[in-house]
Amino acid sequence: MQIVFLLEQILNGLLVGGYYLLIALGLSLIFSLGGIVNLAHGAFYAIGAYLAVEITRYLGFTGAVFLSPLLVALLGILFERFLLRRFYSADPILGLLLTFGLSMVAEQLIRILWGASPLPASIPAAFKGQIMVGDFMYSRYRLLMLAIVIVALTLIWLLLNKTSFGRVVRAGVQKPDMVAVLGIRLQPYMTAIVMLGVGLAALAGVLFAPISGVQPAMGAEIMTAAFVVVVIGGLGSFWGVVLAAVLVGVVRGITIQFYAPAGEASMYLLMLLVLIFRPRGLLGERIERFE
Amino acid sequence: MEQDQSTSGSNGNNGTNDSTTSSTASPASARRRRILQAGAAAIAGASTMGFPAIVRAQSDKIIIGHLTPRTGFLGPMGEYAVMSINLAVEEQNKAGGLLGRQLTLLSEDSVNPPTASSKAQRLLERDGAALLIGEISSASALGIAQVAQRNKKLFMNTGCNSDELRGKSCNKFMFHIEAANSTYVKACGQQLLQNGLIKGKKLYALTADYAFGHDLLRTAKVFVGANGGTIANDELVPTDATDFSPYLLKIRQAKPDLVISNLAGNQITNFIKQYSEFGLPFPIAGFGFDTVAAWGAGADNFAGTWPTTWHHDVDSPSSRAFVAAFIKKYGKPPENQAWGEYVGFRSVAQAIAETKSLDTMKLIEYFEKGAQIDILKGRKGVYRDWDHQLMQEMYTISPKPKGRAKDQWDFLQLGAAVPGPNAPLDSIAPTMQENACKFS
Repeated sequence: MQIVFLLEQILNGLLVGGYYLLIALGLSLIFSLGGIVNLAHGAFYAIGAYLAVEITRYLGFTGAVFLSPLLVALLGILFERFLLRRFYSADPILGLLLTFGLSMVAEQLIRILWGASPLPASIPAAFKGQIMVGDFMYSRYRLLMLAIVIVALTLIWLLLNKTSFGRVVRAGVQKPDMVAVLGIRLQPYMTAIVMLGVGLAALAGVLFAPISGVQPAMGAEIMTAAFVVVVIGGLGSFWGVVLAAVLVGVVRGITIQFYAPAGEASMYLLMLLVLIFRPRGLLGERIERFE
Repeated sequence: MEQDQSTSGSNGNNGTNDSTTSSTASPASARRRRILQAGAAAIAGASTMGFPAIVRAQSDKIIIGHLTPRTGFLGPMGEYAVMSINLAVEEQNKAGGLLGRQLTLLSEDSVNPPTASSKAQRLLERDGAALLIGEISSASALGIAQVAQRNKKLFMNTGCNSDELRGKSCNKFMFHIEAANSTYVKACGQQLLQNGLIKGKKLYALTADYAFGHDLLRTAKVFVGANGGTIANDELVPTDATDFSPYLLKIRQAKPDLVISNLAGNQITNFIKQYSEFGLPFPIAGFGFDTVAAWGAGADNFAGTWPTTWHHDVDSPSSRAFVAAFIKKYGKPPENQAWGEYVGFRSVAQAIAETKSLDTMKLIEYFEKGAQIDILKGRKGVYRDWDHQLMQEMYTISPKPKGRAKDQWDFLQLGAAVPGPNAPLDSIAPTMQENACKFS
């Protein structure tokens, strides 16, 4: 067993973490501000992937990268306005039921519209092939994905930390009542956060479509890993989610190197350990209303 | 082609992912788990309630019971199964039905093994189905076969591959249109032998980590070992794995002569796509296959040598007629699971017409006496008397040269039938020593 093999898995794991990140971040944002665990988040990821396949036919992959998340974000407005909004102050179990039901409705709708068979989708010709760095090999497409993930992350970080919009959102996460007392309505901010969250999920769908099966159950399948990342990272923490996503990717890679059957189980073990020693997650903030 | 769901609860029913998501322990996960359990109970309840026996009143009609998974990772195959059985029954009714009576098709989503059993029971005991056709999951088929035996009715298995289902768990009332795992291995393996990819070679196998994959890996090891090759590495891949990059890195490190896929359903699509993405130089082949998984991977990515029971390019008069009728009705060609349903129905239709009877024992006797069945291939098929397995030709699939595809379904090159014209059909079937079956 050469050390270079292990190093290869660790570097690859860092890349893989980026995929979980886009979905987990939106999930975390929506929960932090609205207090709703959005079980339908995977559905937006799947819709993003299906729209990408359709859009690519007419406008190419670049068109899909921009248009699909935008369309899904618009769908997010309807989702927030007519469904989520009624459940912010309700018993959390109702929000769970609503979004769980919605995820099943969405999956079946996809099955009716596009059929149960996976849709073919390929890597754009310009990004096919591999890049060799010494003995390490990278797929060009995955490096492109990484670049897109980093750009998206930077923009979101700037939005949350360097704008007045971000300040209100962060205040709203901690003390929604205080924000209200100051005369700021959180409702439009919530709409924006839901748009952002589901748009990110759709972007993940677009990026995944060329390398994994575009099929109706894809949303349900990705949700588990996304939840694990959010829980490990800790709620309300931007960097917590980033750290957790990367950690899950690396731990999974190392586990597969040594004992492949435990590959998917490794992330749950990691979560278990984190929950035992840091119940709020690695970098989770203390959010009073959820304690 | 099948995979069973017995050990992969996450894929069992529509989007619930219950066994795995519940362990994420997000703040609301305890509640979430309870919701999921309540949901599952409600679904189970609904499925046993059934509908009052409206159909039973129409006793002049013959009822055909059909079961297949519509959701989860077997859903894509199930969709073709449903299209095909509808077409088959419709054609029969247009031709005057059977025994002068029209047919009514009752097709149900079999979901998972417990639901499959309870729906089989309902179809036979309440709805008065004359027989059952279908299924893709071996675990579900096991339950359906037991219900069929209790009710002394036929069950035609159209998509379950497990050797055990034909061996240790065989059943006098169950007939197998689908080929066994070991037959898939032998069919593809003969091609690989000819290509010089097994003898003295080092193979790397990726195997779906549950009953179907384990059964396939076991038969693969027997075949490769007997032919002078070694499976030097084998990795079990969890069914919920969608990212194959860590496995691909390991394959790159091991430098095998051949990479073998014993994967299942959507795993095959993901594996083919990502293998193409990583551009590894080693040839690939599969011992299990679904055409629909290859179609989902797309022409750009498809590579390797794979086994199949049937493909829409198989050139026989009945095959051409079936493909034409299917395309006319659904606007796309049928795949191997559609073939399974069609041949399953054609078999029983022939048996009923010839024996002029719906009597199960007479139908079994008809098949056991070696009735020749047109199975849409070059050679006719026969159900073997001691395990009820259909003796039939198999084929291999490889990519067509680039630019030859006429449409999005036309990038697969159909190989010659296996066994060749001079070899007996049972030369690729499991032998009595390999897979003994005793009907009780």
